Amino acid sequence: MKRHIIFWGVVLLLFDAAGQTAVLKGGEFLPLYGSVEKKKVKIDRFAIDKNLVTNADYLTFVKQEKQWQKSNIKPLFSDKNYLKNWTGNLTFPSHLAKAPVTNVSWFAAKAYCDSKGKKLPTTNQWEYAAMAGYDKADARKDSLYNARIISAYETPKTYLKEIGNRKPNYWGIYDMNELVWEWTSDFSSIMISGENRDNNDLKLFCGAGSFNASDLMNYAAFMRYAFRNSIKANYTITNLGFRCVSL
Amino acid sequence: MCILMKNLFFAVVCLLIAGCRPVSKNEPNEEPIGDMSIFQLPSQWQTQEGKEVTLKDFKGNVLVTVMIYTSCKMACPRLVADMQNIEKSIGQKTKTPVKYLVVSIDPNVDTPERLRAFAEENKMTGNQWVFLRGTEENTREFANVLAVKYASISPIDFSHSNIISVFDKGGVMQHQMEGLAVNNEQTISAIRKYAAL
Repeated sequence: MKRHIIFWGVVLLLFDAAGQTAVLKGGEFLPLYGSVEKKKVKIDRFAIDKNLVTNADYLTFVKQEKQWQKSNIKPLFSDKNYLKNWTGNLTFPSHLAKAPVTNVSWFAAKAYCDSKGKKLPTTNQWEYAAMAGYDKADARKDSLYNARIISAYETPKTYLKEIGNRKPNYWGIYDMNELVWEWTSDFSSIMISGENRDNNDLKLFCGAGSFNASDLMNYAAFMRYAFRNSIKANYTITNLGFRCVSL
Repeated sequence: MCILMKNLFFAVVCLLIAGCRPVSKNEPNEEPIGDMSIFQLPSQWQTQEGKEVTLKDFKGNVLVTVMIYTSCKMACPRLVADMQNIEKSIGQKTKTPVKYLVVSIDPNVDTPERLRAFAEENKMTGNQWVFLRGTEENTREFANVLAVKYASISPIDFSHSNIISVFDKGGVMQHQMEGLAVNNEQTISAIRKYAAL
C-alpha cells in the first residue's frame, strides 16, 4: 500500500514537474549580495513554477480562503491597495485573468504558496533561476542578457500583459525579469544600509551601497536588490507579483 | 432624498450583515482580537523553559519586543542593555503587566537551554522576561510584521536591524525605536501610557 502511494506520488511529481514547474539542479553561484566574504552560495535542487501566479490562479485561492479576499484581509497583513485592480472579492476585469496577480503583500503571497504546499523562493533561489539566459544557465556576463532586462524594466505597464507569451529561459521558466518584480521569502534579509554592522562612513555618499556588490556590471540585479531593500511585507505594489517553489 | 435612500440602504445592509453573523462562541468578557493585532499570527514558539506558546497567550500584557541572537558579540549586548534599562525604569508596579519578549533570529542555534543560559547570564530571570524561539519561517514572518530585517552573514553571525517595539495589551504596535543606545525616554513613556503606570 505504502509503496503504491510512493509510486504514484513520484509519478505525480514527475508529471507536475514536466508541466507546471521547472526543476533546477543545484549548484553554486555568487549573488550580488548576501554571500559571506564573497564566497559562492550553494543552491540545492529545487522546482520553481514556470509561470507567475495569475489573477485567475489567485481567484481560486481566495474562493477557498476567505480571509484573503479583498474586503476581508486584515490590515496587519496588507496596506490599503491590496488587489487594487479587482472589482470585488471574486471579480476582476476579464482581460486581467491571465495577467500576473499584483498588489499582493508578502503575507498574502506566502499564504497562497502555503495553500499549494509550496513556498516563496528564497532570494538566492530566485536570482539563481533568473541568471539564466535563453540558452545557458548563467548569462550574467552577456551584454544582450543585461540589456534585455534593463529594457524590460523600462517598459511601462507590463503587469497588464498575459503571462507565458514570451520565450522561456534556459530552465523553461517564463517572464522572469519581463513583467513584474517578484516577492521572495527572505526579501527582508538584504540590508544595503541601516543594519547593526553598518559602516557609517560608507553611507555618507550616494551609491555607496553598491561598492559591496560582487558584480558591478550587474546593474539590473542591483536594481532588484535595492527594490527588495526598500519594501516592507505589508506593501502591495502595482508591478510586484510572485511565483512559488516546491521540493 | 438620494442621501436618505442611501442611508436607508446602508442601514438595511448593516442589519442584514449583523443578522447573519454567527453568534460568537467567545466568553462574554473576552475582547476580540483586533485587525492590527500580532495575536493573529498563528505561529508556535518555545520559551526558555521549553514551553510551547503562541503570541495570543500574551494577550492582556503590554509587550516590549526585541530580536537578537545569543552568540552575538556586536550590537545585541547593547540592545539587551537597552531592554534591561527600560525594564528597570518601568518596574513591576504597572496596572497592566508588561512582558519583555526577546525573540531569537537564530532558531537553529538558540535552543531553549541556550536561551535560558543567556537569560541567567544577563540576569533576566524574572517572570517578565520571555525568550522565544520559533522556526525559521515563523521568525521571518514575525520580523516582517515588525519590519525588522536580518540576514545570516556567516555560519555564526547575523546582521540585523536594532529595533525595540512596544505593543498594547491587545497586541497592536504602538511604538518603535530604532538604533543602539539611543534615548529610551520615548519608549519608556509609551510603555507607561499603555501599561497605565
